[in-house]
Amino acid sequence: MIERSPVFDFLTYLAMAIGAFLVVIPFWITLVAGSQSLQEVSQVPISLMPSSHLWENLSAAWARADLGPKMLNSLIVAVGVTVGKITLASLSAFAIVFFNFRGRMISFWLIFITLMLPLEVRIVPTYAIAANALLPFQVILDTLGISWLVNAVSGIQVTLNWNLLNSYTGLILPLVATATGTFLYRQFFMTIPDELVEASKMDGARPIEFFFDVLLPLSRTNMLALATIMFVSSWNQYLWPLLITTDRANFGTVVMQLKALIPAQNGTPDWNVTMAGALIIMLPPLLVVAFMQRWFVRGLISRDK
Amino acid sequence: MERRAYYKNPMLPWLLLAPQLLLVLVFFYWPTSQALYWAFTLEQPWGGGNSWVWFDNFISIFRDREYWGTVLRSGLYAMVTTGLSMAIALTLAAFVDRSLKGTKFFQSIFVWPYAIAAPAAGVAFRFIFAPESGLIGSINQVWPGIWDPATNGWHALAMVIVCHAWLGIGYNFIFFLAALQMIPRSISEAGAMDGARPFRRMLDLQLPLIAPTAFFLLIMNIISSFTDSFGLIDTMTEGGPIGQTEVMVYKIYFDGFKGLDYSGAAAQSIILMLLVIGLTFVQFKWVERRVHYN
Amino acid sequence: MSQISIKGVKKSYLKTPVIHGVDVEIEAGEFVVILGPSGCGKSTLLRMIAGLEDITAGEIAIGGKVVNQLEPRERGCAMVFQNYALYPHMTVRQNIGYSLKVAKVPRVERDARVMKVAQSVSLETFLDRRPGELSGGQRQRVAMARAMVREPKVFLFDEPFSNLDAKLRVAMRAEVRRLHRDLGVTSVFVTHDQTEAMTLADKLIIMNAGNVEQIGKPTEVYNNPASRFVADFIGSPAMNLFEGEFDADGHFVHGQGGKMNVSQLNGVRQPGKKVVLGVRPESVRRTHAETHGAIAAVVDYVEELGASRLIHADANGSRIVALDTDTAEIKSGTRVHLSLEADALHLFSVENGRRIAH
Repeated sequence: MIERSPVFDFLTYLAMAIGAFLVVIPFWITLVAGSQSLQEVSQVPISLMPSSHLWENLSAAWARADLGPKMLNSLIVAVGVTVGKITLASLSAFAIVFFNFRGRMISFWLIFITLMLPLEVRIVPTYAIAANALLPFQVILDTLGISWLVNAVSGIQVTLNWNLLNSYTGLILPLVATATGTFLYRQFFMTIPDELVEASKMDGARPIEFFFDVLLPLSRTNMLALATIMFVSSWNQYLWPLLITTDRANFGTVVMQLKALIPAQNGTPDWNVTMAGALIIMLPPLLVVAFMQRWFVRGLISRDK
Repeated sequence: MERRAYYKNPMLPWLLLAPQLLLVLVFFYWPTSQALYWAFTLEQPWGGGNSWVWFDNFISIFRDREYWGTVLRSGLYAMVTTGLSMAIALTLAAFVDRSLKGTKFFQSIFVWPYAIAAPAAGVAFRFIFAPESGLIGSINQVWPGIWDPATNGWHALAMVIVCHAWLGIGYNFIFFLAALQMIPRSISEAGAMDGARPFRRMLDLQLPLIAPTAFFLLIMNIISSFTDSFGLIDTMTEGGPIGQTEVMVYKIYFDGFKGLDYSGAAAQSIILMLLVIGLTFVQFKWVERRVHYN
Repeated sequence: MSQISIKGVKKSYLKTPVIHGVDVEIEAGEFVVILGPSGCGKSTLLRMIAGLEDITAGEIAIGGKVVNQLEPRERGCAMVFQNYALYPHMTVRQNIGYSLKVAKVPRVERDARVMKVAQSVSLETFLDRRPGELSGGQRQRVAMARAMVREPKVFLFDEPFSNLDAKLRVAMRAEVRRLHRDLGVTSVFVTHDQTEAMTLADKLIIMNAGNVEQIGKPTEVYNNPASRFVADFIGSPAMNLFEGEFDADGHFVHGQGGKMNVSQLNGVRQPGKKVVLGVRPESVRRTHAETHGAIAAVVDYVEELGASRLIHADANGSRIVALDTDTAEIKSGTRVHLSLEADALHLFSVENGRRIAH
């Protein structure tokens, strides 16, 4: 603050307070409604004070939407996607930034262009891959000789029985490729001074040692930021899990269960249970963001490194 | 990318890239090429593969009045959610950037919506806006039937749009605040020495300097309104009443998975893809120009 | 300790040649300084020795072994970088010990060696700090310790002091000299600072535009510059250089018809041939008008240096600088007479800039 301006300061607080109200009110109502009894929640107008039934509503929602196993599924998917994305993004960016090889730019663009193809817009054909993956999959991999490569690299045998429907692989793998992550890592790696690479070369470090001993420790902040973004976005995935899981009981995620919590058109309008369920489902990513906020914001914006 | 400290190794970079390239080929390029194939072909009703129909799928889409309704609705949806969300986020960021005492508290709150899944927010807002419930619905007590998103398409659309705008506040806020905080303090101080008061400085100095960020966010918001709207609409209205909240993504989903019209859905996907690619491209051109100006 | 032999080494970037063929022999244990203006290829040459740049043509051998195809880690060189290039996330101890860790030296031995090296550059109390918490001079020491800990066959220095302030630079210079005396490791030091070069070098390599101009002891290079470039580059203030020719009477004619009596050049006077005559400012003396061969000049301005002063004067259209230790004050606009010390004249070819022996 440069000068004293009490009136403008007051306006500033006022605006921030209104903003905070706008932002918080949906959370508050979710909490309030989630703590009320069926009778209280059905009142018009509703009371904006929390009541005492939070715990029973939470357990009702937990039971109705079978949130226990669903939570576990969501956690497996979110952690799997996050770890996968960070691993792939850092490896790809390392190859693109620090190696001089034919096809460097092509690889970069191949990955980068996918930024323009969000899952939602290619949903129909992507689903077809999962539902009817076998034949076209095998064809393209065989013609490109990639079957062989997969086998050589990861040991995964690409065979006709690789079914993505109703599996963690199907929930996770299509989300793991990441242009955003690769791009962010590339941006960061490009700020690493040449001399640091050369110093490590003089110290006798091989590329992989440089990656693990120097690059990864240096990109810790960026990694945390990226992990936060990735965790939130994969926890909150809705459309893809909806398509890839027909066996909801075993492979459904919590976010998919939200719809099941909404009171039926002519059923009991027990919004208190619905809202308690929404509360449970909102909480994990909210906690992650609140807890990681410092790194998350810094990792996204800081260029002064 | 003018680095000089390159490693030279013929195999290693490919090994490092292989997993990512593999996924990208399988889950991006193959589906996209499939979508192209379907968009230009039609499945024979009695089997026997697809026949090549050139632009027939596109023509029938463009002849469909319902589709144009969806396009216009998506446009309106994009404009209003983007405008609303960015305006609120920018205002909040500009005030937070003044770094008065206690600002940190507000700052952390303003980020929250970023963490929320669209369907979760959808459920919460659905309750808030439910005509029979005791919040917005209370006004129906005073004027019966004045608010009913279950039957009134405009009400339903407004409800979804408000929710989408709310969801975007966190993301927009983070980027606006970051951009504002990267403006050197000395510029504000110079403005103060020139006699500009805080509010004037906001309008004359800070806003123009964050124009590039605003543009970036504009594009990102529009794209998000095309893609992220699915979760909201599916939990709040399922496209109803009678298709009046159906936007492009939802129609693709509906035609493809409920109507099983893969060719039509694929053609629609191609159109949406072109839109997104076009917007991204515009953004790149802009960023490039900005770099030149600096 | 290894000798380094550089034979016909060339370097091009995308067909643009930047080093045109360098031949240098560096004896084991020698301290060699490569000096030249920025962009002359001196760092590139050093980096080729280190293995950080490919060698386009020619051959570099360290300790008798051709290293062209070897990775940096296989060459036995250690390097001190211009910006230190310390690993910011590692402590001083980890920075110094990293090369040993990579080489899988057991922990106990590693710690002992790090400690020993740290002591030799007085860093033992800073071992647990990060580079960010150190001053410029301390970081410089860490960079040197990191190079020393591997007990390399060759030390390479790439303008290591250019980020230090003047006082620290002098101190570090002494330190490097001392370390070299104690360890006796072959060292190649790149700099554009001629004072640094003169004080450090056993042998000086002067480079310009991708070519070696001269190789020799510092005094040799100073007293007998092999080319017009070296004459101009070495020495501060720079050598006076006059373009001109000898007339039939044996006078050197320069500028707008100014004449100098340079009888000491008797042997090489070829009337009508264009040459460059050079003389260092400290060999130009203020003298009385009547002295034989004195040049008349008008004082343009005077730079006061304290113990001495530099007189910038105009002699018939040629600029001449004299280092004057006379206590008598002198003002601009004054007419003075300057005489050139007989045995301090240098003659260079106009065409190729090489020295003309006399």
